Amino acid sequence: MITAIVCIAGIGLVASFVLAVADKYLSVQEDPRIGLVLSELPGANCGGCGFAGCDAYARALVEGTAPNGACPAGGEAVAAKIAGILGVEASATEKRVALVKCCGTRSEAIRVGDYNGICDCNVAAMTAGGDKGCVYGCLGYGACANVCPKGAISIYDGLAKVDKRLCIGCGKCVSVCPKKLIELVPSSATIHVLCNNPDKGPSVRKVCGVGCMGCHLCEKNSGGKEAGHFTFQGFLAKVNYSNPPTDEQIVAKCPAKCMSVDPLLESGH
Amino acid sequence: MKVVKSAFKFKGGVHPDYNKGLANNKLIEALPMPSELVISMSQHLGAPAKCIVKPGDYVSRGQIIGERNGFISVCVRASASGLVKAVEKRLGPAGGKADAVILDTTASAPEGVEMLGDGPVLKPLDWENSSREELIARVEEAGICGMGGAGFPTSVKLNPPPGKRCEYLIINGAECEPYLCADHRVMVEKASRIRLGVEIMRKILGECAVRIAVESNKPDAIQALSEAFADISGNVEIVVLSVLYPQGSEKHQIFATVKRIVPEPPALPIDVGCVVENVSTAVAIADAVEKGEPLLERVTTVSGDAISEPKNILAPCGTKYSDLVQFCSGTKETPAKVISGGTMMGFAVPSLEIATTKTTSGILLLSSRRVFQYTSGPCINCGRCVRACPMCLNPADISKAVEANDISDAERAHVMTCIECGACSFSCPAYRTITQFCRRAKNSIRARIAAEKAKAAAAQNAAEKKEIQK
Repeated sequence: MITAIVCIAGIGLVASFVLAVADKYLSVQEDPRIGLVLSELPGANCGGCGFAGCDAYARALVEGTAPNGACPAGGEAVAAKIAGILGVEASATEKRVALVKCCGTRSEAIRVGDYNGICDCNVAAMTAGGDKGCVYGCLGYGACANVCPKGAISIYDGLAKVDKRLCIGCGKCVSVCPKKLIELVPSSATIHVLCNNPDKGPSVRKVCGVGCMGCHLCEKNSGGKEAGHFTFQGFLAKVNYSNPPTDEQIVAKCPAKCMSVDPLLESGH
Repeated sequence: MKVVKSAFKFKGGVHPDYNKGLANNKLIEALPMPSELVISMSQHLGAPAKCIVKPGDYVSRGQIIGERNGFISVCVRASASGLVKAVEKRLGPAGGKADAVILDTTASAPEGVEMLGDGPVLKPLDWENSSREELIARVEEAGICGMGGAGFPTSVKLNPPPGKRCEYLIINGAECEPYLCADHRVMVEKASRIRLGVEIMRKILGECAVRIAVESNKPDAIQALSEAFADISGNVEIVVLSVLYPQGSEKHQIFATVKRIVPEPPALPIDVGCVVENVSTAVAIADAVEKGEPLLERVTTVSGDAISEPKNILAPCGTKYSDLVQFCSGTKETPAKVISGGTMMGFAVPSLEIATTKTTSGILLLSSRRVFQYTSGPCINCGRCVRACPMCLNPADISKAVEANDISDAERAHVMTCIECGACSFSCPAYRTITQFCRRAKNSIRARIAAEKAKAAAAQNAAEKKEIQK
C-alpha cells in the first residue's frame, strides 16, 4: 500500500518537474490576438472565407495575409469588432445570401419520369439529366440542403428554398448544385428572377408554367435598357445585382410569373 | 482457324433473365429514311465534335457536319442528305444535353446549291496495298468509334502509343446484355464483312493473334463465323465463352480469352498487349475501307415486352426512337420504362424524342410487369454483391461510404476500378442502387482530379508568366 503511494507520488513529482522545465524552455509564443479574433468569429467553420475554418482565418488575419471582412457569416458587425482588435480598416462587404433561381414547383414544372434512385441531385442529374422536364431547373433532391452548415435550405414541393435569416453566404450550396442555379446575391436586393432556363419561350412553356421567356417586359417596365437593371442570357432575364431594380410593380407585371419580391424571407418557417 | 472453348472463368458475374428469343431470329431490316434526323455531336467517348454547319445549309449524305475536336474525339457525318433545320442542344440517351443537328431529309437542295454526290463519299481503298497510316486515317475520317457501347475512338485504339505492341486482337461478339441481339445478327448475317474488318485491323496493328469471343448461347453465330474464317491464315481462334454477365466487358473478355489482367485505371488493354474491338466496329471498318462508306448507320435491336414486333433494324445514326418504335408496328401496351441500351447498363430515357447514336445497340420498351418498383433499404451485410462483383471489389463498403458522403473512403476501396456493370445492384436483396453509388463516387473523383489538374496548370501558367516578366 505504502509502496504504491510512494511510487505514484514519485512519478507525479518527476513528471511535474519535467513539465515545468518544458513549459519554460519549449513554450510556443502565440499572438494573444489570435484568441481574441477567434472569439469574435462565428465559429461555424463554414469555409466561406476561403480558409479551412475560423481558426485558420483568425491566424491569417493576425498575420495580415487575409483581408478583414472576408467572413460572410459574420458580416460587417464582426469585421468592425476585428478591426478594433487588430487596428485595421474593415473592407466594406455586403452580406450575401444564396438564391435558388427556380420556382418550378411540382405543380408548375412537369416531371418526365419517376425517379426512385438515390436522393441526391448530383446522382439524379446523371440519369438522363434528372426527372424534371426542364433540364435547367431545381431537381429538389436536396444536395444543397445536405451541405448547408446552418440548415438554412429546406425542400418544399420539389424545390429548394433558402431562409435568408439563417443563410451565412458560405457558398457551399453554389458549388454542389449540379444545375448551377444557386447564386450568392446581396442580401439587400429584393427583386429576383427565379428561373435558370435560357431557352426560347415555347420550349420553356412546354416544360414549366412559370419559366422566363425572355420577353424583356421587366426591362421595359424598369426604365428600359439604359437603366441597366437587367441583363439577358439567351432568353433568360437576370437581375443586375450591382444595380438592382427597386420598383416592385414590375414583379406583378411579369407575364411568366417567374419574378418575386424577396422569396428568401417568405420561405422562413 | 479453330474453335476453342474458353478455359478461364472470371470471378463473380450474374445470370440475368436474357430474353434474347424476342429478336435473335429476326433478320436485320433496313429502316426507310425517316423524315427528320437528330444527329448529336456527342456520339462517342471524349470531346464532342465541333458543329460546322448552320441552319439553312443543305448537306449531303456523308458530308462532315461535326469536326473532330481533340485527340479523343471523332468526326460526325450527315447520315442523310437534307436541309439543316436547326442546331440546338438536345438530350442524349445517356443524359446531358449536347449540340445536335436537326436534319430535314425530305428537303432537296435548290438549283445552284452545291452538294456532294450520292456515290461513295470516300474513295474505296485497296487495303492490301495501302499503308498502315492510310488505313488509320481512313478509320478516323469515316468517324468510327467503338460500337459496343462506350464509343472509344477506334483510330486511337488502333494506333498504340510508341513502345506498346498489340499481341492479341480480340473481337468482341459476346453481347452479354439481356434482350440485345444486334451484334448477334451482325455475326450471323455479315460474318464475311467481320472477316474483312479483322484482316484490315490485323494489317494496321501488325502481325498479331486474333481471338473472336462469342458466348455459347449464339451457336448460329459461331457456325457462321467459323465458315467465314475457315481459310484465314495466321493465328486465329474463335473462343466460345460460357454464358455469364458481364462476359462482354473488355477486361473480362481479355481474361477469358488470353488470361491477362488489365491493371487498375488509367491502364488500358494495350498495356497488356490487347486491343478489343466490337464485331459491328469490324464491319464498319470493312465498309469504310473497301466501299468508302463512312459510319452512318448501325444495327439497333428494338425489343421488350411492350413492343408489338421486336426487330433488328439497320437505321441511320440520329433516328428518333419514335421512328424506330413505329417501324416495329408501335407498342402493344403503354411502356412503363424505356431503356436505351440493355437492361443491365442501359439508361432509362424520359421520352421517345431521343435519337440513336453510333453506340445505340438497343432500345427496350418494358411493360409494368417487367419493371419492378422497389424501395431501397439499408445494407444487410449479406455479401451477395461482393460475390457478384466481377472486379473483385467490395460494393457494399463502397455504397455505405458514398451514402455517408465519404468519397475518399470509396476511393480507398478502389471504386475507380468499377466498370458499372450493375451486377451488384442486380444481386442486392435490399434493392440498394449500389451501381449508382459507385457512379456518384466516380463522378466526384473525376471532377476532383480535373479541378486539381486545372489548378496545377493555372499555377504553372502563373509561374511561367512571372519568369517571363523577370
